This record gives sequence, structure tokens and C-alpha cells, in this order.
Amino acid sequence: MEYNVVIAGFGGQGVMLIGELLAHAGMDEGKEVTWLPSYGPEQRGGTANCAVVVADEPIASPILTEPQAAIVFNRQSFDKFEPVLAKGGLLVLDSTLIDRKSSRVDLDLVYIPATDIAMELGNSKFTNMVLLGAYLGKVNPISMASLHGALSVFLTGKKAALIEVNKRALQAGVDFVNKE
Amino acid sequence: MSDKVLMKGAEALAEGAIQAGCRYYFGYPITPQNETPEYMSRRLPEVGGRFVQAESEVASINMVYGAACAGVRVMTSSSSPGISLMQEGISYISGSNVPCVIMNAMRGGPGLGNIAPAQADYFQAVKGGGNGDYRRIVLAPSSIQEGVDLLVDAFELADKYRMVVMIIVDGLIAQMMEPVEFKTRIDVSTLKTPEWATVGRHGRDHANVITSLTLDAAGLEQWNLKLQAKYAQVERTESRIEEYQMDDADYAIIAYGTMARIAKTTVRIARAKGVKLGLLRPITVWPFPAKQIQAYVGKLKGTLTVELAYRQLFEDVRLALCDKMPLGWYGRGGGVVPGPQEILGAFEEQFGKGR
Amino acid sequence: MAEQMNVIYERPRSWANKVTHYCPGCTHGIAHRLIAELVDEMGLLDKTIGVWPVGCSVLGYEYFSFDSVEAAHGRAPAMATGIKVTNPDNFVFAYQGDGDIASIGMAEIVHAAARGWPITVIFINNGNYGMTGGQMAPTTLLGQKTTTSPLGRTSQTNGFPIRVAEMLAQLDGPAYIARVSLDSPANIRKAKSAMRKAFNAQVRGIGFSLVECLSTCPTNWRLTPVESMERVRKEVMPYFPLGEFKVAPGVL
Repeated sequence: MEYNVVIAGFGGQGVMLIGELLAHAGMDEGKEVTWLPSYGPEQRGGTANCAVVVADEPIASPILTEPQAAIVFNRQSFDKFEPVLAKGGLLVLDSTLIDRKSSRVDLDLVYIPATDIAMELGNSKFTNMVLLGAYLGKVNPISMASLHGALSVFLTGKKAALIEVNKRALQAGVDFVNKE
Repeated sequence: MSDKVLMKGAEALAEGAIQAGCRYYFGYPITPQNETPEYMSRRLPEVGGRFVQAESEVASINMVYGAACAGVRVMTSSSSPGISLMQEGISYISGSNVPCVIMNAMRGGPGLGNIAPAQADYFQAVKGGGNGDYRRIVLAPSSIQEGVDLLVDAFELADKYRMVVMIIVDGLIAQMMEPVEFKTRIDVSTLKTPEWATVGRHGRDHANVITSLTLDAAGLEQWNLKLQAKYAQVERTESRIEEYQMDDADYAIIAYGTMARIAKTTVRIARAKGVKLGLLRPITVWPFPAKQIQAYVGKLKGTLTVELAYRQLFEDVRLALCDKMPLGWYGRGGGVVPGPQEILGAFEEQFGKGR
Repeated sequence: MAEQMNVIYERPRSWANKVTHYCPGCTHGIAHRLIAELVDEMGLLDKTIGVWPVGCSVLGYEYFSFDSVEAAHGRAPAMATGIKVTNPDNFVFAYQGDGDIASIGMAEIVHAAARGWPITVIFINNGNYGMTGGQMAPTTLLGQKTTTSPLGRTSQTNGFPIRVAEMLAQLDGPAYIARVSLDSPANIRKAKSAMRKAFNAQVRGIGFSLVECLSTCPTNWRLTPVESMERVRKEVMPYFPLGEFKVAPGVL
């Protein structure tokens, strides 16, 4: 089984971080994982994206030309990745910041007001976790427990205090999808 | 939990070099391998080593040359255009018989090209680049883990043969993260300064001189013959290949590095469809594992060479197999990376459904 | 009486017992001799590594009894940097000609000077490419005829000669920069004194040092040895003035 996802948005929105969390959690489960960032001039101008693959078999290519899923944080990323998603793919987007609807009828679409939900939790910085939660509410490349484990690897020292609220943000994303 | 850590290739390879005993690094920024010098600049001082950011790749390789003359484990890394600038130094280092390790994160070319993954520096790496009759050992890992493991071998081989050893990867291996484990740690205190090193006489009864200059033609020929004898020994003993699903194979894909890891999935897809496809993956592209590939003459109905370049690896395959079997080829250039299905499509186009 | 004579001149221990290939009247031999004397006098023989250039002195390593390496054209400062960084207690000098230092190796020398690491460069300025047959160098004077400026160097076509010592002295890295001349016994004594300071700048860990030596090339200048020395005084020194351009505190 292979899961792959593109995560895209502005630098500073925690785009790369949730990709790393996914990959780390996959590694902890003994799975094959790759994480590939956009690099070079492509990352200038403020946009950033990464591709994550979690699989049982060795991974051929970390490059996703037709990703199974995309988590998009802004309009630019939406415009870029909506057309390339595989047929029947999953598109999770932050409807607080993206006003456009998808024109593709073959996608599983999750319009989640992730920034609004994060603000309710106290800070728009948790938007990435809400979006990741929504993704994990739809597919299960890794268990939520593994992701919690990865969180505690990334959030250490003073940041350890943020683990609980990040977990709540993740759960808020999952709950939103389950209520839909 | 295992001892695996999730690391970016360019950083993992830097750490791998340090674990292999590298204590000196000279380099100049170029994408897609900037994380290597950045990592070295942080880590080397922690282990008693030195990092120097040079003024150019030309200076980098000549600093490497200087440190290599002192008999220490030294490396540089760069990407295609930067490696082009280093060719002069690589020739001098080879002509002087001193060891070093060079990593090339290959990118699309020619010229400035782009920063996407490519294998278009194959000829430059295995056939030449600089002037004169010299060879480098060229190792081509297809995962971050293999790259880290091969770095230990790279430094050992460089020291053993007093040769330049090159590790060729690409932007993909350099930029992605994969789980990696550092299995071998060389204790640098066990590494002895070679007797030929120019480290000051300090009581030695003669001066050591390291030069690639021999004005006398007969003398230079003798020197070349010594180098050739060494290269012949390396060719006899150091070529490596991975043979994947080859036991009952009717056909084989021949590919290395990133291309090989993708081709492995092609093999799995083909096998699921009942096609007896295997993979021959050169781990050393120089010395080229020609003998290992020739062993399949009479057993295979054909090979498909796949590369991120235009008929460069294919040239060595053709030299190895001549007309002993049908030789197919498929490649993409400019940094485009084909997926497993695309490769299978190329195979079916050239060899039918393979049944 | 013989047994009471004092030795006032002898072959330095650092000098390999060899005859050089240099032309009569060429001052490379003088510069070599000064290096050998200083390495002896300062007790550096066991820890010296010489880095030799491409140019007439490409075989310089043949003439000394300390360790040596042969650099690519212009890259001696980079190579010296690589050697020094591995063994900072060793004494590392690079020997460079004018094409080597001021043309093909300009980037390497400027950055070695800017880094300021304690390595020493002895720079032989003879105004042309001697080994390759007397072509124009970055230091060739205006009006000077060479095999690639047969009508004489003009600023319109060839630009102006580069004053390496003054240029590098603008940088903060160097501890000692001087220009000397090898044209006369008095100037040779001054040259040795400057080289001693340059060596000391390294030995005492103060920083980068360079001594530019105005030199002769009788063969390519088409002059006798004596005329060559005169030309240095009359034509070269006015454009390339002698002196110390940088002396950091502690350099003796």
C-alpha cells in the first residue's frame, strides 16, 4: 500500500512541518517514507510545498506527478495542484483563505475553514494541524498515535507545552471531516 | 524503535562523510546540495575538523588537493556546473596520486541548465572531464541510506588506491528526506598519516614531493603505466552491481542511482503482470560492472537501459554487450524524471509484452 | 691559519645539492637562496612545505630539501590554504610568478589575503611570462614589447599593469605586504629582511604575508644580465615603488 500527498502553501504556515511529521510518524511505524521539498528559485516568492510518500514497499520516486492527495493552504497552491491530482484524488483546502471552489467533479473535496477553527483554538498557527487532521480523517497512512509520537519529537523544550493544543487542532480537523 | 533518523540526503551524506572519518571540507554554494556545506560548517568544528567556504569551485578543489597532500580524509561537494570547474583540480589530484572524495549532486544541463535531478554528467564522471589518462572510482547510490553506507567505502577506496572517488547523486537524493541509519563510525585516531604525505619532514631523512609534473616523456610514460596498472587492479576487483529479480529473468532493465530505484518498481509492476523482468543496477559506474552484465549473455532476451540522460550509460552497456542481445534504451533529459509506468511503457514498446 | 677561518658563506641545509635550470642573470636563483637561508636561520626545515607554481619556477621543488607540492597555474594560494588548515603548526609558503598571481590566480590570491590566514607568498614580478616565451603579463609595463604585445603594451588594448602589493594591502586580512627588488646587493639584503618579516608573520601566527620581488628576465627582455638589473632600477621601480605597504603590529 502506498499513500502520497502534496502539501502546499506559504512559507511560515507550517507546510513543511506537517509533511515532516507525517514522514516521521511513518518511519516510526517501520514504513518506507520519503519527504521531498520544493527547492531553488521555486521556493522564492513565498510559496513552499513538499511531497510525502508513506508505503509498505520501497518507494520508487519521491516525485509526485499525479498525487493521490493534496493539502493546500492558499489560492496559488490550489491553482497549481488542483489540475494535477489523480482521478478520484483527495483535496483538502483551507476555505477560510481560499474563496474558489474546485471545478473538478472527480475529486473528494474537503472545504474546511481551517484558519477559523485554529483561531477558535487560540491561534491561526494551528491551521496546519487542523488541515493535517482533516487529511487523516479521510485516509490513514499512519495512526494518530504515531503522529502524536512525532509531535513530541518535534516539539521539545519550551515548545513541548504546545503539544496538547496541537493534538486538539488535529482532532478538530478529524471531527470536521467526520461530521461532514 | 530503530536507530533510524529522518534526514535530508544532502545532510545525511555530510554526516556519513564525517562518520567515515572526513575532517576537512572545502566547498562553494550551488543548488541542489547547499545543505551539505551548511551541515559541514556546523558539524566539522564539533568533531575537531575544519570547514572552509572557498571563493570558487576552482579554489575548493585546489584546497582539497592541498589537504589531500597532507594525507587526511578530505572532501568537497558540488553540482554539475561546479564540478565542471573542478575538472582541472581533479586531473592534478589524479596525476599526483593523492586521495579525496567528491560528491556531485547532478542537475539538468548543459550550461546553467536547471536544478532538477539528472544523470547527464555520466560521461564527465566516468570517462574524463579533466585532461590526461586518469580514472576515478565512481559510486552511484540509489537511496540516502546506500549513499551513507557507500561514503565509508569511498574514503577507504580513496585511501587504498590513492585515487579520487566520486559519489554521484542528484537533486532528488540530495533534497529528499528518508530514514537513515549510521552503521559505521571510523575512529580517526586510528588513521595513520601516510608516509608519502607532505606534512613537513619532522626528522624524516628525505623530502616528500607531490607533483603531477614529469617533463621527461619516458619518465611520464612510466608514471602513466603505474597509474594504468592501478586502474586495471581497480577494474578487476572493485566493480559492484545489484542484481534484482534476475534469477529467472528474460529481460533486464539496466539503470543506476535514482533511475534504478524507480525502475525497481517497474520490475515489480511487470512481474505482477507475468513479465519476467529484472534489474541490473551498477553501484560502481566506474569500474563499470561489465563482467557481471556479460554473465547474462545467452540468458536474457534483451536489456533496456534507462537513464536521466541521452545514451551515456547506454554507451557502456553497448561496450559490454555489443550485439550479443537486443539493446533497448529509454531516457529523459533536462531534469524530467519518468515514473515506473512510463518505463514499463517504453519496455513494452521496444520488446512487446515481454512474454 | 686555515683552521681559524670563520665560515661566512655556505650552502644552506635547506638547499638540495643541485644546480638550477634558470637563465644567467635571472633573479629566481637569488629569491630561492634567500628562502633557503631564512628557512635555515629560522629553524623551519622540518616543518616547511613549499607550494610551487606553474611558470619558470615550476621545478622549484627540486632545489630544496623540505617537503613540497606542485600547484596548478594560479592555484598555489588555495593549495597552501588546504595544506595549512590540516597542520596549522607547519610553515607553508607559496611561490608565484606574475601571470600566476595577477592573472589566472587573481581570485585565489585575493581571497587568501582576505582570509588572512598565516601563509606566506613570495611573488616574483618580472613583467612577462618567462617560461612560455615572454608573453605579456598583467605586470608588463606600458610600452613594453613582448611576444603578444609586439608593438608595445598600450592601455587602450591591454589595460594597465597591476600593482599587486598595493592592491592586496587594501585588504584587512594581510599582516605584512612589501615590495622589494633583487637588482643589487643592498636591495637583496633589504629583500631578505622583508622576507624574514613575512616568515615571522606566519610563524608568530599574525596573518597572511606577501613579498613582491622585482625580478629580471634577461632572456625574454633581450638584455644582458647587467642591463636587466639597470632596467629594473630605471623602468620598473618608478611604476612599482619599493616599500612596505602593510605591517601589522607584532611583525618583526
